[in-house]
Amino acid sequence: MLTAAIFFPILAAIVFALVPRPKLASVASDAPETPAASSDDSAGAVGNAPDPAYRKYERRMQLAATAVAAVPLLLMVVAWLRFDSTGGFEQVESVSWIPTLGIGYRVGLDGLSLSLAAMTALIFVVAIAYPVDLRGRAAPYFSLMLFLMGVSLGLFLALDLFLFFVFWDVSLVGMYFLIGAWGHGDAQRSALKFFVYTFSGSLALLLAILGIYLATDPRTFDMAEIIRQQPLPATGLYATLVFLGFFIGFAVKTPIVPFHTWLPPAHVDAPGPASAILAGVLLKMGTYGFVRILMSMMPETFERFALPLGILAVISILYGSLVALAQSNVKRLIAYTSVNHMGYVILGLAVAGAAAAGKADSQAIALTGATVEMVAHGLITGALFLIAGSLLARTHTYEMDEYGGLAGRARALTGLTVIAAFASLGLPALAGFVAEFQIFAGALAIYPWLAVIGLVGIVITAALMLRMLQKLLLGPLPVRWMSFPDLGRAEIAALAALAAFVVIIGVVPAWLLNVIDSFAGPLVGRG
Amino acid sequence: METSLASMSLDVIPEIILAAGGIVILLYALFAPRRAQPGAAILALVTVAAAAAVSAAMLRGTEQLTFTGTYARDGAAVWSKLIVLAGTAVVIGLSVPWFRGDPRHGEYYTLLLFSALGAILLAGATDLKEFLMAMMLSSATGFILVAYHRRSSPAAEAAIKYYLLGALTSAGALIGVAYLFGLAGSTTLTGLSAGLPSSGTNLALIAGAALVVLALTYKTAAVPAHAWMPDVAQGAPAPVAAFVTSIPKVGGFLFLARFVLALPDGGIEWRPLIAILAAATMTLGNLAALWQDDVRRLLGWSAVSQTGYGLMAIVALERSDLAVPSLLFFLLAYVLGNAAAFGVVSELRGRSELAAYSGLARTRPWLAGALSIALLSFLGVPPLAGFFAKLVLFAAAIEAGYTWLTVLAAVNTIVSIAYYARVLAPAYFGDLASPVPVLGRWAAAATLASAAAVIVIGIGSEPFLRAFADVSLLPG
Repeated sequence: MLTAAIFFPILAAIVFALVPRPKLASVASDAPETPAASSDDSAGAVGNAPDPAYRKYERRMQLAATAVAAVPLLLMVVAWLRFDSTGGFEQVESVSWIPTLGIGYRVGLDGLSLSLAAMTALIFVVAIAYPVDLRGRAAPYFSLMLFLMGVSLGLFLALDLFLFFVFWDVSLVGMYFLIGAWGHGDAQRSALKFFVYTFSGSLALLLAILGIYLATDPRTFDMAEIIRQQPLPATGLYATLVFLGFFIGFAVKTPIVPFHTWLPPAHVDAPGPASAILAGVLLKMGTYGFVRILMSMMPETFERFALPLGILAVISILYGSLVALAQSNVKRLIAYTSVNHMGYVILGLAVAGAAAAGKADSQAIALTGATVEMVAHGLITGALFLIAGSLLARTHTYEMDEYGGLAGRARALTGLTVIAAFASLGLPALAGFVAEFQIFAGALAIYPWLAVIGLVGIVITAALMLRMLQKLLLGPLPVRWMSFPDLGRAEIAALAALAAFVVIIGVVPAWLLNVIDSFAGPLVGRG
Repeated sequence: METSLASMSLDVIPEIILAAGGIVILLYALFAPRRAQPGAAILALVTVAAAAAVSAAMLRGTEQLTFTGTYARDGAAVWSKLIVLAGTAVVIGLSVPWFRGDPRHGEYYTLLLFSALGAILLAGATDLKEFLMAMMLSSATGFILVAYHRRSSPAAEAAIKYYLLGALTSAGALIGVAYLFGLAGSTTLTGLSAGLPSSGTNLALIAGAALVVLALTYKTAAVPAHAWMPDVAQGAPAPVAAFVTSIPKVGGFLFLARFVLALPDGGIEWRPLIAILAAATMTLGNLAALWQDDVRRLLGWSAVSQTGYGLMAIVALERSDLAVPSLLFFLLAYVLGNAAAFGVVSELRGRSELAAYSGLARTRPWLAGALSIALLSFLGVPPLAGFFAKLVLFAAAIEAGYTWLTVLAAVNTIVSIAYYARVLAPAYFGDLASPVPVLGRWAAAATLASAAAVIVIGIGSEPFLRAFADVSLLPG
């Protein structure tokens, strides 16, 4: 069943890639090549393609893609219902693939995989359904989106290091083309920067994977087996190098300061739904790797580096929030809050993996909080990036100073933006609070000073989110936005789905926490 | 031990088929009318298929030395034959439309088959004289193939460069062989490992071995004898470029592996030397490729850097069980990826300015797809064949204690993103520069088949890796 969730969208992506362009669209599909449309800010989500028949074709493609994407989401819901939270990996499906090298196709899930994969499926459905300027290339766009969906699910569900790496690398290629072909501004440059940075990280990851693989006996890439074997000693140059390789790979992807410089341009120049996926799903691959590989396969080495990691996390928290505070570009601001929020996650992980005898309870709380933060950040930031995409489509600018007073003009936009922004700053009863409360509760018991410094980041985030709301929504409405159209039905439905989960997780988090606790407790209990 | 000529010739049936096929084609080309010249391509394909079928049957045979220790009939040699023949078949497909306008091109296929035979002989050679003969056969035909368009001055320039470097290094190899023969009293590799002095610094041994290795760096386009590669890639007819940039390497790599293993353990420290060559080759190839505005030249430099990665397998020989499998898998992935890349160039009628590839994905989505598969495979993106090649190469080198070389290879891979993206980004994101004329169905089919093979061999790497794991490399 998990296999179906991974490969159904991938197969559908191939079908989409082979769909011939409709004949009637020959004019419309070439239209984006004209200089007017390829200028920097032509991301008008509505009314760009002149041919109504072509618009109809685009809508049909979008509907079909959304329907395809809904299948894995349903499968994840079923997986959730069947989840029995007894710890360990369950719902495992495995096939021998390259036994000569100890590589198998193995998928399965535990609380961590399940919560992230379900979040991934939700974000993809929303992102695919979200209106966007397709530049006359509807089929390739949805093909790439569905492909990325399958690949991302595969990454969170893979129980084989090699399979994990395959999905990891392929996701980069997919995102590269998505940003390069449908981005705006200096999209190609941003896409290349994204690719070079994250591919460098992935090569470090590859070397580390080989390092741990060569240490296993008998040689295997099977994650469960490696976790059981614990093949590397706690200390020594070899283990340190392997740790470093994994760390670089994950730190670039997460990203942790100072490995974050690829993120702002990639986010700003990507189309809205791609930004939502990049922030909501792809960044989680890094933090997922920290838990699944570093903390599980080499926990003793992780202990040695927990404090430096915590310090880097706090630097990310402060740096991300301070730089975000200085932004006038709304999308860049959201991008930097991602750095800040990922800092919370890493802080939680550092705390959970630290050497602290007798404080397993606090560590479990921190790990649960970090995982909830991964889910919450995906939902919240996904929503914020989609909103930014809608703004760009209507006004062709991200500059907050150009906006104002939209609260009176666009009710739905205002309501959803307020929910997302307050969730992002950690307002109680919304998802962000549940996560950050637990992270800091855990951190205060283990690294109190880091926690106290990190709390400053929360204050700054609150300030910058409120400032963003004020600039966008309050004040006088500029004359040229007098006819600013509110969100369309599709946009409202998509954002409302995300907002609903943000509220549900904030108010009644038990269903999510139970699933996450089922892996968090045993993981920290080990040390 | 059976030593009659008849029974020994059973070990070289594929070679005999290739030689005979080449002669038949030559006769055919002499007597066939102009419009029937493309029939030579059919004959060549049949020859290649027959040789491949016999080679495949030999996979189950016993692995042994034959012709009194001068030629190996081991798994490595048979697999090399298959790789060479697969690459040659693709090149024949590319050549059919390319040479259609040439009224008397039948003998081209003779040269092609003889050149493939040279590479195959080199891959199986376990004797220094055999090595010299195979080098000559492979190189001499290569010179003519590169200069096949007599009136093209880039082709002539490339051929001269190819020839001069080849003549220099081959002459050196001759002297080196003479030294080694004098030291060991034998020219077979078995005789070398027994007869060469195994302790102390012996200048003659070092000079002799270095000269042989130098000739092999020429064959594999490794530093320091790599300089012909970009010129040949750019100047030769595009199908020939596909051939010469990859097929001779198969032979070169295999003999290099056999040769270094025959060197006495205490006599010469060849591992660090090859590691340094590998490092220099991959780095130089990558850095030079960065500045190219000509796709073929870029592919040529990329081919140099790929040689650098492949040399990691040589470094790991005897230190890692993955060394021989990684070498063979690398060659397989490389030959097919290279055929796909140059296939796209051929299908585009040899267009090679970078600007001409802008917007290719709009008009020729399949060709753009084949090009991206080839380049992403060179880069090492899973699940393409090139990724598995890099995976096993890296693992072998780490296991052999050459982690620094692996890290360098990883850094080089990052650098190589830049120039591969310089080709792919405009193809996908750029605007259409001009109409895109293509060659025709044969070349397109050959190109797409090799690109598909790159995917299939990547995902289905298990049977190959398993087969390569049991291969032995005689006489080691």
